[in-house]
Amino acid sequence: MTAQMPAAVEPAGTFPAAMERPALGPWARAALKLWSDKAAMAALSLFLLIVLVCLLAPFYASRIAHTDPFTSNIDGEITVNGEQVALLQPSEEGLGLGSTPIGPTWDITNYFLGADTQGRDVMARILYGGRNSLFIAGTSTVICLFFAAIMGLAAGFFGGLVDTLISRVLDVIWAFPIFLLAISLSIVLIAHGIDIGPISITAGSLWLPISIIGIVYIPYVARPVRGQVLSLKESEFVLAATGLGVPSYRILIRDILPNVMTTLIVFVPLMLALNMLTESALSFLSIGVQAPDASWGTIIQDGQDVLYTRSWVAVAPGIAIVLCVLSLNVLGDGVRDALDPRAKLRIR
Amino acid sequence: MLSVLIRRLFQMLFVMLGISIVVFLIFFATPGADPSSRIAGRNAAPETLLAVRHDFGLDKPLPVQYYLMMKHLFIARDLTSFVNRGQQVIPEVMEATPITLSLVFGAAFFWILGSITIGVVAAATKNSPLDRILMILGLIGISMPVYWLGEVVNLITQARLHDTWVFSWVPPLGYKPLTEDPWGWFKVMVIPWITLAVLYIGIYGRVLRAGIVEANQEDYIRTARSKGLSETRILLRHALRTSLIAFVTLFGLDFGALVGGGALLTEVVFGLQGVGKLTYDALKTLDLPVIMATVVYASFFVVAANAVVDLVYAAIDPRVRLA
Repeated sequence: MTAQMPAAVEPAGTFPAAMERPALGPWARAALKLWSDKAAMAALSLFLLIVLVCLLAPFYASRIAHTDPFTSNIDGEITVNGEQVALLQPSEEGLGLGSTPIGPTWDITNYFLGADTQGRDVMARILYGGRNSLFIAGTSTVICLFFAAIMGLAAGFFGGLVDTLISRVLDVIWAFPIFLLAISLSIVLIAHGIDIGPISITAGSLWLPISIIGIVYIPYVARPVRGQVLSLKESEFVLAATGLGVPSYRILIRDILPNVMTTLIVFVPLMLALNMLTESALSFLSIGVQAPDASWGTIIQDGQDVLYTRSWVAVAPGIAIVLCVLSLNVLGDGVRDALDPRAKLRIR
Repeated sequence: MLSVLIRRLFQMLFVMLGISIVVFLIFFATPGADPSSRIAGRNAAPETLLAVRHDFGLDKPLPVQYYLMMKHLFIARDLTSFVNRGQQVIPEVMEATPITLSLVFGAAFFWILGSITIGVVAAATKNSPLDRILMILGLIGISMPVYWLGEVVNLITQARLHDTWVFSWVPPLGYKPLTEDPWGWFKVMVIPWITLAVLYIGIYGRVLRAGIVEANQEDYIRTARSKGLSETRILLRHALRTSLIAFVTLFGLDFGALVGGGALLTEVVFGLQGVGKLTYDALKTLDLPVIMATVVYASFFVVAANAVVDLVYAAIDPRVRLA
């Protein structure tokens, strides 16, 4: 049709700029799209800011607040407005038994958010706890995606017995209420650690919650990956490659893996958010991160005893979780829009 | 359809069998979980230990023990706890069930109502400020840990604003049976309901909005519009209806998981002795019979929900082939 048109009648909607540049690859196009997504970029900045602040926890504790957030300081005293105040004050409620930790001073160098029941600086603990929460969420996401990719690829690509076996295992994990599975594994393992062959994790190690959270969500990712591989196997370019006699391992690596990669990348922020929520819940039930280590979940748990008198201990780490998870979810939406515009993938 | 049903039933039994065996094995593979030393008490003499082991059948091979436990659970229905001597397990689960069911059914009511409202309004006002605000609220709902939200809600309704007229009606935490005191039951449960529903309102509202927006681009919506139907009718009778397919799928899975003990955190925060709490307590004391009973109970609901969803899905949408 265009050949018959006179050259002068060039349609107005051509893109000269796009003609000059070499065509962008799919990855670059996705990155560009993400870059221009203001909400996603704002969310990414917020998330990176939280990560940065949490990484600075040791600096904050030693240089700014001059406190050790891991040793209890029950008899400690601090100076507020020129007056010496005990960190744990006699309780004002009920019979006056027990003690209430000092509330927020709103002084960034000095018990900004007050003390917990052990007389420890809550602000410093939140920063340290954030490091653990972020670390656990990050590592368990890597573990989960890695194994989910392998299982999904193997099940989808090889089919037959391999598929049946993997799918049934996934079914069994899937049929557990995920949360109860994580809880049972945690309770059983947290007290004793794991010691199976080369894998040896001591009790109380961060790697216990990491591996538990990493494992229980594998079906979430492995199932969509398997489905995608199944449909890719029927797609024309794979059939063409098969017809040309390309060996199957090469098809797997060159044709299928890159397509699955986008799926996995879409899952990264969403799994991070989910894992962070799971970790905090396990820690809240005191079967995640173990004392004296802290995470946002354990601090909320600490704050439960003083919820009605010193509510900031429990409220503040929750706000941190909400900000973190919210930014990850917004970022996840952006990444999905950029890589998977038809929004086929959903985390649930 | 019948053969599909039967196949589904077998699949369900298979998964339940698998789960119960996995739990059983995890338990016996756990160091320090030996029930006989717990039953016999601290510093028990070796003879006592042996006697206990024999009494409870713990000296038998594992498959036999598994068989006996399943027999007591399903056929004799007199399985007893390892930790609380003489405490029968099945009545315990039966006692916890209405609490969990009240919690989950009530929450489901709020989340269906809330998410359909949010999804429809957001889709109808697509890209308007209202749509943006609703979607952001939905995201915030998804991003809040439910136990933390529960604590904040408790803080407000039980302490900070409890002496004002707004929340003075809120009773102390705990459960009141529906059959004894329906109004008290409602007052106790309404705050846990809303707390639990917030997360799901966020998820479902977003899913529904996306579904309606997608449906709006379909040919049958154009046909409906060219027939001259009103926009409201198109939205509610055509677009919403198709979008409910995804909604039903999600709902079945979540509902099953929640009834099966997934509402644990809400139960803990609001002091409700439901199935989730029962399982959690049993896990903490490594009380195998209770764990087995609740896990089998839970997996039944989850698997049943999965099966129902598949069937409903196939019934609604003939394009879906059951694999």
